[in-house]
Amino acid sequence: MLGYTLRRLVLLIPVFLAVSIVIFAIIHLIPGDPVDSLLRVGSGPEQRAIITARYGLDRPLYVQYAIWLGNLLSGDLGTAIVARRPVAELVLQALPPSLILSGLALLFSTVLGIALGVVAALNRDRLADQIIMGGVLLGSTLPSFWLGLLLILAFAVQLQWFPVSGARGWSSVVLPVLTIGLGGMALVARVTRVAMIEAAQRDFVLLLHAKGMPPLRIQLRHVLRHALIPVVTILALRIGWVLGGAVTVEVVFARPGLGSLLIKALNQHDYPVVQAALLMLAMAVMLGTLLGDILQAAMDPRVRAALQ
Amino acid sequence: MTALTPAVRLRQSALLRAARSPKGALTGLWLLGLILVAVFAPLLTSYRYDVQNLPGAFAPPSAEHWLGTDEFGRDLLTRMMYGARTSLSVSAIAIAISVAAGMVLGATAGYFGGRLDRAVTLVVDLTWSFPEILVALMLVAIIGPGVTGTMVAIAVAYLAQFTRLTRAQIMAIKSETYIEAARSLGASDAHIVFRHLIPNALAPVLVSAMLATGDAIILEATLGFFGLGAQPPTPSWGGMMSSGTAQLFNAPWIILFPGLAVATTVIAINLFGDALIRALDIRSRLRVA
Repeated sequence: MLGYTLRRLVLLIPVFLAVSIVIFAIIHLIPGDPVDSLLRVGSGPEQRAIITARYGLDRPLYVQYAIWLGNLLSGDLGTAIVARRPVAELVLQALPPSLILSGLALLFSTVLGIALGVVAALNRDRLADQIIMGGVLLGSTLPSFWLGLLLILAFAVQLQWFPVSGARGWSSVVLPVLTIGLGGMALVARVTRVAMIEAAQRDFVLLLHAKGMPPLRIQLRHVLRHALIPVVTILALRIGWVLGGAVTVEVVFARPGLGSLLIKALNQHDYPVVQAALLMLAMAVMLGTLLGDILQAAMDPRVRAALQ
Repeated sequence: MTALTPAVRLRQSALLRAARSPKGALTGLWLLGLILVAVFAPLLTSYRYDVQNLPGAFAPPSAEHWLGTDEFGRDLLTRMMYGARTSLSVSAIAIAISVAAGMVLGATAGYFGGRLDRAVTLVVDLTWSFPEILVALMLVAIIGPGVTGTMVAIAVAYLAQFTRLTRAQIMAIKSETYIEAARSLGASDAHIVFRHLIPNALAPVLVSAMLATGDAIILEATLGFFGLGAQPPTPSWGGMMSSGTAQLFNAPWIILFPGLAVATTVIAINLFGDALIRALDIRSRLRVA
């Protein structure tokens, strides 16, 4: 397992380089002189000279990339144009709230999604199944920012159970987690339901029935364990969506985080911050996907055997 | 074009067959109506989408303004009808670009295999693990906000999906005997790919394109909500909700109705796509990817 983890970590390096090239390119692909994109409006020639020297903007592109990457790896992400603070500081401040929000949303959607999927599978084609699957379709097709706004309207404005926005205390996290989690929950519930129904048709289930084991116990002790494999696979494959969801939800609920930082910077054309926030989000997605793969290998003996 | 005809005919009859189930008929009718409203918007309303009437701002729904007015006193229903033009056309065109590029990429990679296939698969797998919204935001950062930026961003965000799906279809078909027969008759690679492989791989790709259009509408609305989509005064469903958030407390209809339009449209697309999958009997082929 350790060897596999290390090998996967090494394989992340070329992926990281590829992503970093795309993000580095942003500043050169946007129309206009890159120096202008890195400067406050109305800066004098001496500031231009400082920026040009700092990023090596008068040198060939590959040298510029090397300088940029070197700065990046030593933790120097430049200075935010609007906030006039080191970008590294802004990004490191925004990272923990985004990760906490994403982690909670993942937990919520996994636990509730599996539970709903099991209930739906046990009541296949009956009313409970149809209600759950209808709700699941609704949950996966509603735009998440709109769902968030509806939740604010219902639970924060009308009922006043939770704060409207911001990030003070645990009660402020409930609606954002719900908003991100409902979409993911729909996916997990759908996969769990199908996997349960398929696993229940296996021969070993028939044998357990023949031996007289109580049906509910067969379902929960044996069928569910079998059905969890595709659920873990799909979760590992699409773990990045939680972070995508966090971006949207942070904007809706005005929470601090990488997403709200990124969208604000995009609207203000603050490119050093845009680059850093995108890079941080991309790295979080890559590490999350890796974590999902390792978890899958740890849970499924067949995957582990295939790795050796 | 002759080789394309059977596939096209199959698709047309499939649309009709899908519309024969009650679910398909209802959702198909809704989508058709929506497209007609978007096309004929100027004939259906006497209001303009861009003329402000500040004294009449924040009017709740009434006989005069069926869905109320927004923060500039503009008729919400009118803006939603014009917004349908932006949201539907941006999403549909983006997906069309994505499908065209993805089919060419996926077909050549799947057909020729080897180094080209490995390179395409590598890039596709790389983008596949990133959420579409993140890929789209990266593209918007490069191209800049607006209709063009949104369109390209959505097209690139879904490129991996169509490349993967087409490649899987081509891999499954290319060892069929009729391909071998065509090759032994001296058909060129281009002839085999464009006349035989792509037409036969078309049905699942087009159905998944339809379903992706639903996702694209949400993505377009999300970018619009971030203020990165069509710029004012051009209305789009997402943009309308973006300016409506500040008025969430005193005029909730500004965000309620455009969101409802997005939601019902996407649900209708999903249900109609479902009916189409049933009519074409291709559920197993969609699962390949």
